[in-house]
Amino acid sequence: MRHNGSYSASPRIGLIEWLPWLLGVAAFFYLPEYLSLGARILVYILYALSVDLVVGYAGIVTLGHSAFFGLGAYAAGILSAKVGVTDPMLQMLVAIASCALLGAATGALILRTRGLTLLMLTLAIAAILLEVANKATSITGGADGLSGITVAPIFGLFRFDLFGKTAYWMCLVVLFICWWITRRIIYSPFGASLVGIRENHVRMASIGSPVSMRLLTAYTLSAMLAGVAGALLTQTNQFVGLNVLSFESAGELLVMLILGGVGRIYGAFVGPIVYMIAQDQLAKQFPEYWSLGIGVLLVAIVLFARGGLLGIVDLVVAHAKRGKSAFAGKEAP
Amino acid sequence: MSVVLETRSLCKRFGALTVADHIDFQLQAGARHALIGPNGAGKTTFVNMLTGRLAPTSGRIFLGGEDVSTLSQRERVRRGLGRTFQINSLFRGLSVVDNVALAVAERRGMGGRLFRSASSYADVRDEAMALLASLGLAEDAQVNLANLAYGKQRLVEIAITLAMKPRVLLLDEPAAGVPSIETHRILDVLDALPAEIGILIIEHDMDLVFRFAKRITILVNGATLLEGTPEEIAADPRVREVYLGERHD
Repeated sequence: MRHNGSYSASPRIGLIEWLPWLLGVAAFFYLPEYLSLGARILVYILYALSVDLVVGYAGIVTLGHSAFFGLGAYAAGILSAKVGVTDPMLQMLVAIASCALLGAATGALILRTRGLTLLMLTLAIAAILLEVANKATSITGGADGLSGITVAPIFGLFRFDLFGKTAYWMCLVVLFICWWITRRIIYSPFGASLVGIRENHVRMASIGSPVSMRLLTAYTLSAMLAGVAGALLTQTNQFVGLNVLSFESAGELLVMLILGGVGRIYGAFVGPIVYMIAQDQLAKQFPEYWSLGIGVLLVAIVLFARGGLLGIVDLVVAHAKRGKSAFAGKEAP
Repeated sequence: MSVVLETRSLCKRFGALTVADHIDFQLQAGARHALIGPNGAGKTTFVNMLTGRLAPTSGRIFLGGEDVSTLSQRERVRRGLGRTFQINSLFRGLSVVDNVALAVAERRGMGGRLFRSASSYADVRDEAMALLASLGLAEDAQVNLANLAYGKQRLVEIAITLAMKPRVLLLDEPAAGVPSIETHRILDVLDALPAEIGILIIEHDMDLVFRFAKRITILVNGATLLEGTPEEIAADPRVREVYLGERHD
């Protein structure tokens, strides 16, 4: 289940890898009343995928990816509400470009550091952006949030409807494209070198790898993906609040990723789905204590399944295989 | 023979502590040279300065006649300087062949390519496999490095460095931690290394040093004490003093 770019790994998309997409399409037809939750889950999957690229593959510890998620959300929102650009593709492109710029500029500064220092710096960048958004009320709406966002029909054909059907499809298609690109990156020589850097950056430098540049590239690519997720959130909600830039947003996302399994691509799928459905159901049953349930789940994962939920699946599969081969060994004459 | 690696008056100080004291050193092309000295003599610091991992306080380093003193580690690797580490420095989560393939890909300048899959570069993988086969590691190619015996991991260290096709190879205690019965395998590999590579070996195992090196330099307290052939070194009383202490009659 672990997807690591390497010179021995086949990049062919396995049958099971089509399962999330089948489920995504099936959910549209069989769960029409949950489409807005579904679209939100898809956005968070994309956001988690962007974080997985840096945390899981490049080994960059970050708590500040909400900076890019929020910037993407605000870029799309401001473009619509303040500039009057309502074309969703154009909004998306501006969000990607803004996040690429911010990712490259901040990455060039902070990726010289490691460990706790890096963690604090990523946090600081998100905090600065949050405060800027809070104070620049004329542009961002400040604490009241940015409303008045309109999104034109996609390609002039598909209008955003009240039931969230178009939004759901758009999220699914954009997520599919981003997943495909991320997967290609992970299986490329660049992806293999990221894993090398994560495993041993000193050795990578000693074999002539431009470690800083590789990390900066990964960080910028990841920022762009987070920006796409942010823009999607704006387009589906037609509202942006300060919470997209908050520490809670980044922390929550990291929890989702740890829950699913870091450095596995599909941990970014499983984590947000389980987290958000658990959150939805627990909030219905225990409106005041739902976060306690999430906390218990996370503690259990960290204590007993360091590889996340997908790590448990790996263990079960490995155990089953061992059992099968032992059985075959007994059968042999 | 031409000089491929040279240091001129190389110094390194950490505050009041001098760990490299005006070291003048020359490595000839194709040389089999050993750098020995007691613990704390500054051998690894010297290697770290050569590779660019540590900046010297003063002095110059020349690689193939070019002053590389201010060049980055990466630039020195590109100019043909390879090293192995005293303590294994490998990619523990990857297979043995992937450990070597990463180095092959970086040397070929394709390590940063996006989109086309790494496994489609069959030539990178083939070269890594051929290198592993030449070191007797072909059957371990698919094994996860973390599951490989320590002695074999030392060979993977050498394989990764050879994948860079270096002109100069710095081997920092290649037999460190290897059981004595397996040391011969390391020595066989060292003996079979391409003759054109200039090799500087740092080693405490004197049997290995005297069997492998054609020239030996002794470093004591960061300074060169002596340089000569193995016979000259073995006959010099100062060497015994350094390793066994002064004689008190």
